[in-house]
Amino acid sequence: MSELVAYEEKNLKTIGTRPLRPDGVDKVTGRARYGADINLPGQLYGCVLRSPHAHARIKSIDISQAKALTGVKAVITSKDFEDMPSQVIPVGELVANFRDVTRNVMAREKVLYDGHAVAAVAATSESIAKKAINLIKVEYEILPHVIDVADAMKDDAPLLDEDQFTQGEIRVLGGDTTKEPVHDKPSNIAKRLTFVKGDIDSAFNEAHLVIERTFTTKPVHQGYIEPHAAVASYTEDGQVELYSCTQGHFTIRAQCAKLLSMDVSKIKVIPTELGGGFGGKNNVYLEPLAITLSKIARRPVKMVMSRNEVFRASGPSPAGRTYVKLGLNKKGKIIAADAQIDMQSGAFPGTPLGQATITCFTRYDIENVRVIGHDVISNRPKVAAYRAPGAPVAAFGVESVIDEAAKKLSIDPIDIRILNAAKEGTQTYYGVKFPRIGFEETLKKAKQHKNYQIPLKENQGRGVATGFWMNIGMDTTASLNVNDDGTIAVSVGTIDVAGGSRASLAMMVAEEFGIDSDKVRVTTGDTSQLGFNFVTAGSRGTFAGGIVSVLAARDAIEECKLRAAKTWNVKVEEVVWENGFARPASTNVGPFEPLSLSDIARNSTRTGGPIAGHCEKNVQGAGPSFGTQIVDVEVDKETGSVKILRHTIVQDAGKAIHPAYVEGQYQGGAVQGIGWALNEEYIYGVDGRLQNPGFLDYRVPVASDVPFIDVEIVEVPNPYHPYGVRGIGEVPIIPPTAAIANAINDAIGVRFETLPLSPPKVLAAIIGS
Amino acid sequence: MARKHVQTTINGDECDFLCESNETLLSVIRNQLRLTGTKEGCSTGDCGACSVMLDSRLVCSCLTLAVEAEGKVIETIEGMSEDGNLHILQRKFIEHAALQCGICTPGFLIAAKALLERNPNPTETEVRYWLAGNLCRCTGYHKIVEAVMDAAAEMRG
Repeated sequence: MSELVAYEEKNLKTIGTRPLRPDGVDKVTGRARYGADINLPGQLYGCVLRSPHAHARIKSIDISQAKALTGVKAVITSKDFEDMPSQVIPVGELVANFRDVTRNVMAREKVLYDGHAVAAVAATSESIAKKAINLIKVEYEILPHVIDVADAMKDDAPLLDEDQFTQGEIRVLGGDTTKEPVHDKPSNIAKRLTFVKGDIDSAFNEAHLVIERTFTTKPVHQGYIEPHAAVASYTEDGQVELYSCTQGHFTIRAQCAKLLSMDVSKIKVIPTELGGGFGGKNNVYLEPLAITLSKIARRPVKMVMSRNEVFRASGPSPAGRTYVKLGLNKKGKIIAADAQIDMQSGAFPGTPLGQATITCFTRYDIENVRVIGHDVISNRPKVAAYRAPGAPVAAFGVESVIDEAAKKLSIDPIDIRILNAAKEGTQTYYGVKFPRIGFEETLKKAKQHKNYQIPLKENQGRGVATGFWMNIGMDTTASLNVNDDGTIAVSVGTIDVAGGSRASLAMMVAEEFGIDSDKVRVTTGDTSQLGFNFVTAGSRGTFAGGIVSVLAARDAIEECKLRAAKTWNVKVEEVVWENGFARPASTNVGPFEPLSLSDIARNSTRTGGPIAGHCEKNVQGAGPSFGTQIVDVEVDKETGSVKILRHTIVQDAGKAIHPAYVEGQYQGGAVQGIGWALNEEYIYGVDGRLQNPGFLDYRVPVASDVPFIDVEIVEVPNPYHPYGVRGIGEVPIIPPTAAIANAINDAIGVRFETLPLSPPKVLAAIIGS
Repeated sequence: MARKHVQTTINGDECDFLCESNETLLSVIRNQLRLTGTKEGCSTGDCGACSVMLDSRLVCSCLTLAVEAEGKVIETIEGMSEDGNLHILQRKFIEHAALQCGICTPGFLIAAKALLERNPNPTETEVRYWLAGNLCRCTGYHKIVEAVMDAAAEMRG
């Protein structure tokens, strides 16, 4: 565990202002290079053959005709990859087992979902590669499949993995963590995780009001507009250069090295500009295939997924079934809470079970809690993280039941949440005792917000919901060089996942040095330039990237002070750094003119050489984030269509380094939540095939679906970041599903328990009631 | 199959290329002409990332055959700034933080420019419906709509 970095209150020059983002011009002129924009000399084009079946045994694969086609340079199947033993490592916010990862990138014994990769080809053109794919003959033995999480949990469900036995773990707050006895019958339930705090049974007996309901959320896709892409070049001496649009080039390198049994040092991953990820670009899909094809063909190989492949084969979000039971006293205090979250994980285990169970009730201070989570496999693509992975699945249920309780007890929906809100010192059921947090502040500001006072008309309703995310730090590195003119180049290992972290990190470095932020250029280093970085996920980019950038700056400032001391022939203790200058600490030191950063940089050769600073750190102290959202809707009773009239977000950012980019994260996350609530879902046919793998039938919100999203940024500093930063990216997607369902309930009196709240479903409920 | 010879003007420059008769304009723009600012998000005309102007008409280049460009004028994002100056829309997108990851940005800018050429004073609703063919997954559209309306106001003077 490395040291925490404390928050210091100070007068700020740059932080909190809104400079223009350094990547802006490249992005508005088409210069920015994303994954599919990379081309290497002599490159081949790779294509993947994918399973048309949800579940089938691969009896044989005949690649001879494909191989014989003119222009085809390599054809690969699972035979070109070593089998891997069962070994679990963290990947992004999820964990992965390499036995499964190698089977996910290329099916071995069985195909486990529609879209599962079976073979891949590299050829001199895309059209030849596609022709070759069609010449590969695969003989399948079709097996019974299971898509829905509830069906997959049944005793007689078709089994995806005959060797999987449910592993259970019970974590009692203040007590032991115990393993449940291993079941003797294989199951699609990979894991059961239980948290216990207090005694729910006696608390429910004492409750004045008990409500229990079961909710269902649908897996949705992250929907990044940039499809996955990888360009790999394997050279004759066994070195790999890999371009990938990823949230974690170091973990991509680690996974490829492991899957291909290569030295880590032989793989260099260069991250391209990222065209959206939201958690979905933490994992390997094309990368190991492109490297293997390039190894065989001895030429660079470029692979780009089609949108159809993105939907069928890259991770949708987790989702599932959530049972919620709350017990409240007469005043509305929640005294007991019970939940069971059955999370679908796709074809391999590793759903964000911890995150779903941990976030389930944690916004509230509740004495007696039990949360059970199940990690369940079924014949769908393996889930990937998606913005606060797991949290919306639980929150849809919990926030709906709290709303119902508030209505039954005639308490304002914000007041009931204020009454139960977690605060500094609240003991969570998963072990953490909260430091200073800003949840109550978001609720109180939401209550006072002008949008909360607007009178509603007929068929209109207002809903409230809240969200919590714990945030993470993890391994992070930065290297900072002071250029000879006094400008600064910072290389970081976190990816600018779109939020503008390059701008925010430059602002923090500029604040440390006391110079303008346009004198600081932040770029993302490739894997050969920096120490390991964890994936940029869990809202750690500006938090953890910020801490290492600030510490690298402080390292370089110390060196600048040394150089000034050398120039003046005084002790370093007699030099201070203020507003971009080294100054004598007092008039007693001597009558020295202050030295600017550029003075010191210009002289650096004479005082010892180039000036740099760096930091490599397992960053701790991520501050939990909380937010409250208010949504006003109007329901069209003739069509069942739900229109969002107003959407208000009040969320604690700790400190908004660049307020416009904080607003952008809040607004973007909320609109993804609106999509999840109203339209988005994976639709499977009875044959187990995905029926809507395209943006026409999988409908993400468009500009005309949403209003302006009103934002109020609350700032309760994180005590463990030098400028008080909390991660902000996850929370905005959590409240919308329940807030919208609660608003619809307010408008038409119907309580929905399943998503999406699409016009046919809402209309059917209106007719039914 | 013999490849077709196509003569066009792209971003003010004469340009000719050879293409398959079933090849899309998007494929030629990106893969042959290496103008990679035009993006492929879906290849089915649903996301708008590949938007270009063809004889002053807004089209999805993924749904346009390259041979259809014969004798026509193509404008892509690479031709939007003039003489080293960003177009007002480009500037407003940066000023309003109307882009995050930026993959949809070229398509939005081309579509927004087409809107303002037809309707210099659009309402918020008109902006939202015109841009409904362009998907953005990062911004929630708030700052994009603001940027387009602000650009329209500045262009009206």
